[in-house]
Amino acid sequence: MSSTIESPRAAAPRRKGANWEKWGWIYMRVSGVLLVVLIFGHLFTNLMVGDGISAIDFGFVGGKLSQPFWQWWDVAMLWLALIHGANGMRTLVNDYVRSETARKVLNGALFAVAAVLIILGTLVVFTFDPCPAGASADLLPSFCGAA
Amino acid sequence: MPEKSAEALADEFARRRTPDIDPPGRPAGTLYRGHEGMWSWVLHRVTGVAIFFFLLVHVLDTALVRVSPEAYNAVIGTYQTPIMGLGEVALVAAIVFHALNGLRIILVDFWAGGTRHHKLMFWTVIVLWALLMLGFTPRHLMNVFSH
Repeated sequence: MSSTIESPRAAAPRRKGANWEKWGWIYMRVSGVLLVVLIFGHLFTNLMVGDGISAIDFGFVGGKLSQPFWQWWDVAMLWLALIHGANGMRTLVNDYVRSETARKVLNGALFAVAAVLIILGTLVVFTFDPCPAGASADLLPSFCGAA
Repeated sequence: MPEKSAEALADEFARRRTPDIDPPGRPAGTLYRGHEGMWSWVLHRVTGVAIFFFLLVHVLDTALVRVSPEAYNAVIGTYQTPIMGLGEVALVAAIVFHALNGLRIILVDFWAGGTRHHKLMFWTVIVLWALLMLGFTPRHLMNVFSH
């Protein structure tokens, strides 16, 4: 019986389907650039302008999240950052976790956490009421008017 | 008839392949190990993990705007204490490094001169990081400690 040995320089057989690792690699770079802009803008408007952190309360956030501009800014940050972060953590898990079961469990947990927080955050941003009924007016954005 | 014996050739080949080895005490340096390339990689991982876990908490605390103004204000109030104020300096330091070093990684990947200048780019990242932190830290600490 004879067997053939592949030429050492033969190209590796191409796997079928999309190359997800490549798309993940591209995603990290594209989302990274966008996140630099989005997060630096977020930090500047929330921490540098005016009284910064000490001015942040429901009225401040309500004022921002009642504008479509900041709604979309925050939702873009939410999706891009959670997927970027979960995918980065997946890289670390794949690098350092040696048990195949633990690796799968941890990657599954990362996926679940990212999915739940993305859905939660998106729902919060788009169903948010800056002037909830029954809340005392001094806690609300100024445009809510006296209740 | 070959000009050199096989042994002589193998010997010469081995000599050419083996770089000069540093005196004992420290593993031989490589282009990567123990230098800017390695430390930027370590810092990128450490800051990435820290930012990821903050992000999980930050989505949850912001989601409290959907619960009630009181709930949100109670939690955001803890972000305005002196200890958390110092923590925010550390957080922003991590984010700014991760952002700038991420741009450096993209340049290493896509710019023809990236691998040649990666050390210079690392120190550029450090200088830009220091400048941005010099701008942010006094402003933020004023907001934290004067309110």
